[in-house]
Amino acid sequence: MLYLNIIVAGLLTGLVYGLMALGLSVIFGVIRVVNFAHGEMMVVAMYATYLSSTVTGLDPLLMLAPVTVLLFLLGYALQRLLINRYIARPDHEQFLLLLALATIITASLLMGFGPDARNVQLDYAYDSYQIGGLLLDKVRVIAAAGAALGAAALWAFFRFTRTGKAIRACADNQIGAQVVGLDVKRLYAITFGLGAACVGAAGALMLLLVDVEPYIATDYTLLAFIIVILGGLGSMPGALLGGVLVGVSEALSGFVIEPSFKSAFSFALLILVLLVRPQGLLGRA
Amino acid sequence: MRGVPVLGLSPRVAVALGLFVAAMLALPFFVNDYIVSVLVVVLFAAYFGQSWNIMTGFAGQLSLGHALYVGLGAYTSAALFVHFGVPPWLGMPAGMAVAAVAGSLIAALSFRFRVGGVYFALLTIAFAEFTRILFDHFKWVGATEGLFLPVANLAHQDLLRLRGSPRMFYYFLLALTLGALGLSHLLLNRRIGYYWQAIREDEEAAQALGINVFRCKVLAMALSAALTALGGGFLAFYDNNLYPDTVFAIGRSVEIITAPIIGGLGTLFGPILGAFLLTTLGETMTSLTSGVEIDGLKQWLYGAALLAIVALQPAGIWPWLRRVIGLETRR
Amino acid sequence: MSAPLLEVRGLSKRFRGLQAVDGVSFAVPRGGIVALIGPNGAGKTTTFNLIAGVIAPDSGNVLLDGVDITGLRPDQACHAGIGRTFQLVRPFGALSVLENVMVGALRATADMRVARDAACAILERLGLADKAEAPAKSLTLPERKRLETARALATRPKILLLDEVMAGLRPTEIDQMVAAFSALARETGIAILLTEHVMRAVMALSHHIVVLHHGQKICEGTPEQVTRDPQVLECYFGTSITPSPLEGEGGEGGTPKPH
Repeated sequence: MLYLNIIVAGLLTGLVYGLMALGLSVIFGVIRVVNFAHGEMMVVAMYATYLSSTVTGLDPLLMLAPVTVLLFLLGYALQRLLINRYIARPDHEQFLLLLALATIITASLLMGFGPDARNVQLDYAYDSYQIGGLLLDKVRVIAAAGAALGAAALWAFFRFTRTGKAIRACADNQIGAQVVGLDVKRLYAITFGLGAACVGAAGALMLLLVDVEPYIATDYTLLAFIIVILGGLGSMPGALLGGVLVGVSEALSGFVIEPSFKSAFSFALLILVLLVRPQGLLGRA
Repeated sequence: MRGVPVLGLSPRVAVALGLFVAAMLALPFFVNDYIVSVLVVVLFAAYFGQSWNIMTGFAGQLSLGHALYVGLGAYTSAALFVHFGVPPWLGMPAGMAVAAVAGSLIAALSFRFRVGGVYFALLTIAFAEFTRILFDHFKWVGATEGLFLPVANLAHQDLLRLRGSPRMFYYFLLALTLGALGLSHLLLNRRIGYYWQAIREDEEAAQALGINVFRCKVLAMALSAALTALGGGFLAFYDNNLYPDTVFAIGRSVEIITAPIIGGLGTLFGPILGAFLLTTLGETMTSLTSGVEIDGLKQWLYGAALLAIVALQPAGIWPWLRRVIGLETRR
Repeated sequence: MSAPLLEVRGLSKRFRGLQAVDGVSFAVPRGGIVALIGPNGAGKTTTFNLIAGVIAPDSGNVLLDGVDITGLRPDQACHAGIGRTFQLVRPFGALSVLENVMVGALRATADMRVARDAACAILERLGLADKAEAPAKSLTLPERKRLETARALATRPKILLLDEVMAGLRPTEIDQMVAAFSALARETGIAILLTEHVMRAVMALSHHIVVLHHGQKICEGTPEQVTRDPQVLECYFGTSITPSPLEGEGGEGGTPKPH
């Protein structure tokens, strides 16, 4: 029963991871930009949530919508103004651009907030639901629910809206999309914005679960990549599945072996996947 | 202006290099200890950058986990010294061997399974991070508490056990850096250098010309890893303390690549130039803020410098500089 | 009659439902120039890639100088004596023209000076000597084509595989290339296997032509024989017409219409 509790807790956290990775999947899958600043965007969202919640005294959950919108705008602007010029450039130039951005973001946060961890105080931090023998943290359930909702919204967007379909067309065939008159630049900017929005939502939700400090950004970037590669590039369900798998394995390995080992397990997983099945679990070969 | 090439370099470049070396040799006699220690930092950055440049600049395989080899070199030589009294002159080559094996394995695995480009870069990060966490639990080398070398009297220069003043390390690092420079120059002008560059430019075309791409890439990684590990060994004996979370950190991997990229990826003098520029920038900022440590300022500047380079001179400062001052050199 | 230099026997390759190459057999004699022609999609480049080791055949053999080189890696095939150019030229952009060719020359020797001399000689032969120090990415298309050839030549191949090397060139440039290759074959005795759409070059260069269609060989013979063959004419023009020789000057950029 104890194990089941741990697994479920990992699953719930994993959904939030999945939402974060979904953002990367969208960005990487459509624009083919390796967003090494992904974790940094997440941390920006976390700090934004922290700040707004602390200043207004409101529940951080209420900050979910504004922070998501904020990150959308940031992502849109970033892509439109800066990243767009680097799409056709060699891998290492793209990587360096995003690395530079990531460094600047982390350093700015460090300068602004200092190195100490921050967190939000929740009234319901210690509440839990009981289902049979399972003890579920209320906070975790809420966060997971938020993540699931966000993923569903994104899926609906891509499935049912014109813009969503246009973006999918771009991903499949960029030249063909341009030929039929799609404004690829604008669509890319929207896509990046959406990816950032996912990260923003995930960040706001994650703040319910963990503390934030500037240096956790890199861990999240790597985590996002592990999940996306594990689940399969370009597969939205894959990102969620990968997130859940990583969440569960983190929880289990943290409990069975030692808390500090949880990321080691994830890295080992990444190495394995890259060597054995680089297209991921649900990706196309 | 064409003249007789000296050691394969055009006369003007050879002269400039000679002047530079002479200046570097004389410098410690004219500046204080603090400047010397700053220069040691510069030389470490230049040396690590040069070693990394072989893998990424010459052979074109982006490695973002080079801190792994710094750590392997550092820990191997330090542990052998602390636990068995093995002098660094034996311990460091041992570290190089360990790193070469590790690098070869990683490269062989990756390239055998056709992992390249961005995915390969991610793989190198994963290996470095995994090792970091492993060492965090490696009790024999101190785990998270760190590994400490006995700090001896700094006035007493012990060449055999590498205990001594910053000045002593300065000359060692200078020799290392110039050695790496010389080695790079040598390799670039031999078959393997041509093959690496061909692979970097176009792997398939290289293969069609009879190049065993796999073997060449693994060789680049092994050499780059070994050289980096040698620097790691010196780092251990200079810092006298090692923590997995600083030695193997991804931040260090990023630090390693910054200087050569700013200086000029794939060029001969890029890493050294980049190291000097970056350190000067950092020190200037430190002095401007009068020693008041603003958390993150230095990092911010690094990031901004990187951004500026990527935006304005993606090929790095050296190619631009050599055009401006009219130095004829292909690298 | 000496044994052929290159022998292709029953080469076949299937790509997921498409039989790209179907039991193709032909030979290239020592010092011979053979052209592989056929409409787009006939399987010419796939055949090339099978010979050069880029892909492995499902069945069949490739013999070079009596040695079975089937399924060797491209670099191993090169060591065996295959020199190939690519349809879309692939220069090493950051290196100079001379350095590009030296990369090829270094297959045969590790001595840099020997490689340099060999490379210079080849550049002379192909008229690129004055561009030796220029960065490869600064060359025009015809120059790049010659560089591509020079580089492959530098590996000291027994046979040169030219993949649509005339594509995109103007008539005068085509004639220059034809002259260069004729001289090359004559003076060095190297064999050449080329795939081409440009009939002008095919007729002027080749001793022997092999025609592919839908992955199968439908005809082979001398240029005169092939251009009169009703099957060939049908696959190019769709209907059988009175056979008349395809004159050189009428065939400028004569890209056959695909089926």
